[in-house]
Amino acid sequence: MIIVSGIFLLTLLAIIAVAIVRTKNLFVAVMLTSIFSLLMAANFFILDAADVALTEAAVGAGVTTVIFLSALSLTAERERSITRKRYLAIFVVVVTTLVLIYATFDKPRLGDPQAPVHQHVAPWYLEKTPEFIGIPNVVTAVLGSFRGYDTLGEVFVVFTACIGVLFLLGSRRGPEYAVYEPSPGNTGLSHHLIPKVVSRLLVPFIVLFGLYVQFHGEYGPGGGFQAGSIVAAGIILHALIEGEAAALAAVPRAALLGMVVGGAMLYGLVGLAGLVLGGNFLDYSVLLSDPIAGQQLGILLIEAGVGVTVCGAILLIFHAFAARELV
Amino acid sequence: MELLGYYNYWVFAVVLMIGFYAVIAKVNLIKKLIGLSIFQSAVFLMYITMDKVEGGTAPIIQEGVSDQIFSNPLPQVLILTAIVVGVSTLALGLAIVVRINEVYGSIEETDILDMDRKG
Repeated sequence: MIIVSGIFLLTLLAIIAVAIVRTKNLFVAVMLTSIFSLLMAANFFILDAADVALTEAAVGAGVTTVIFLSALSLTAERERSITRKRYLAIFVVVVTTLVLIYATFDKPRLGDPQAPVHQHVAPWYLEKTPEFIGIPNVVTAVLGSFRGYDTLGEVFVVFTACIGVLFLLGSRRGPEYAVYEPSPGNTGLSHHLIPKVVSRLLVPFIVLFGLYVQFHGEYGPGGGFQAGSIVAAGIILHALIEGEAAALAAVPRAALLGMVVGGAMLYGLVGLAGLVLGGNFLDYSVLLSDPIAGQQLGILLIEAGVGVTVCGAILLIFHAFAARELV
Repeated sequence: MELLGYYNYWVFAVVLMIGFYAVIAKVNLIKKLIGLSIFQSAVFLMYITMDKVEGGTAPIIQEGVSDQIFSNPLPQVLILTAIVVGVSTLALGLAIVVRINEVYGSIEETDILDMDRKG
């Protein structure tokens, strides 16, 4: 049954990908991208990746769509149609697809427990997580502790990308972005009654769910990356319905900048605390006298840092796009 | 049934190349970025396909339950972080496209190249 629904979802996925590339209307393409992400999230869930499904649903179907739409509002909504057919590109793509499909026959089939990928470090992670870290969610343990360096790098990539967007869109002709105030007349979609009522009901619960995902990440699917995206998506919904001024009044720009910098710094400082207390960088065992409790404290702190950075970065990016006007 | 075990990889190959086609054949810069994110999603699909173990469940250890089979947590960690990094780098790309549109007044690659050649 699960195989059948997987095949159904994957076939839909391929069809939607074709539709996205074929349509000339970029608005349609972006909305299809959102559906594509939702299907992808369902697929991830079928493939036992609950954490990844949660992230893809919040980021792919929610945040990415809004950022694409805000970019469309600053550029063009339609793609110009070209009469010339791209035979060479089609040829290259078809040949590469066939080669890739030919290569898949050497791969272990779906779910094969003997596949090489399951023989390397993964059994060690599954076996040692209860002993070293003592939290149920192995994904969080690997993310926060065993591969903490990796995650630190990813957080800094998010941080850097956010700074890049602010550099590119922050300075503007006319008033500086730093002193930009959205016009109070812009009240978003609040003249539409149904979205207004629904969003007022939903936004507090979305933010609450985000906090649950943040602090329950050690015990169930969740963690900083998911929680940051969910809270950001809730606040973006608020901004879309009530106008950007309302969202900036709730979480001002200075607070967002503080969140992006503070979260990344918190992560780095937890790592340095390990060094100061006589362990290795990002070794949480030395944080408390009990190594397992130290690991749990370390993971809690760095997940908080990740969540705060991701939430702040996504919201700053959103506001940077929203503040710019079409020239 | 044996062949169906490869279906995920076939869809991976097809979706990957659909995204790649948009990147190389489309002249609209936003369409190229959409293609790039489809390409990226296909890679995510391949990684997550590899994590599945037959009869397995999400790698969350339940107390008092033994003999559980867990799917591989490692690809999940890699992709989980890659998704969030993906959206921030995509935003950076879109910011560049917005700036290009402000300077050139177009997001079609052919127009931009023409203007550059004319100086």
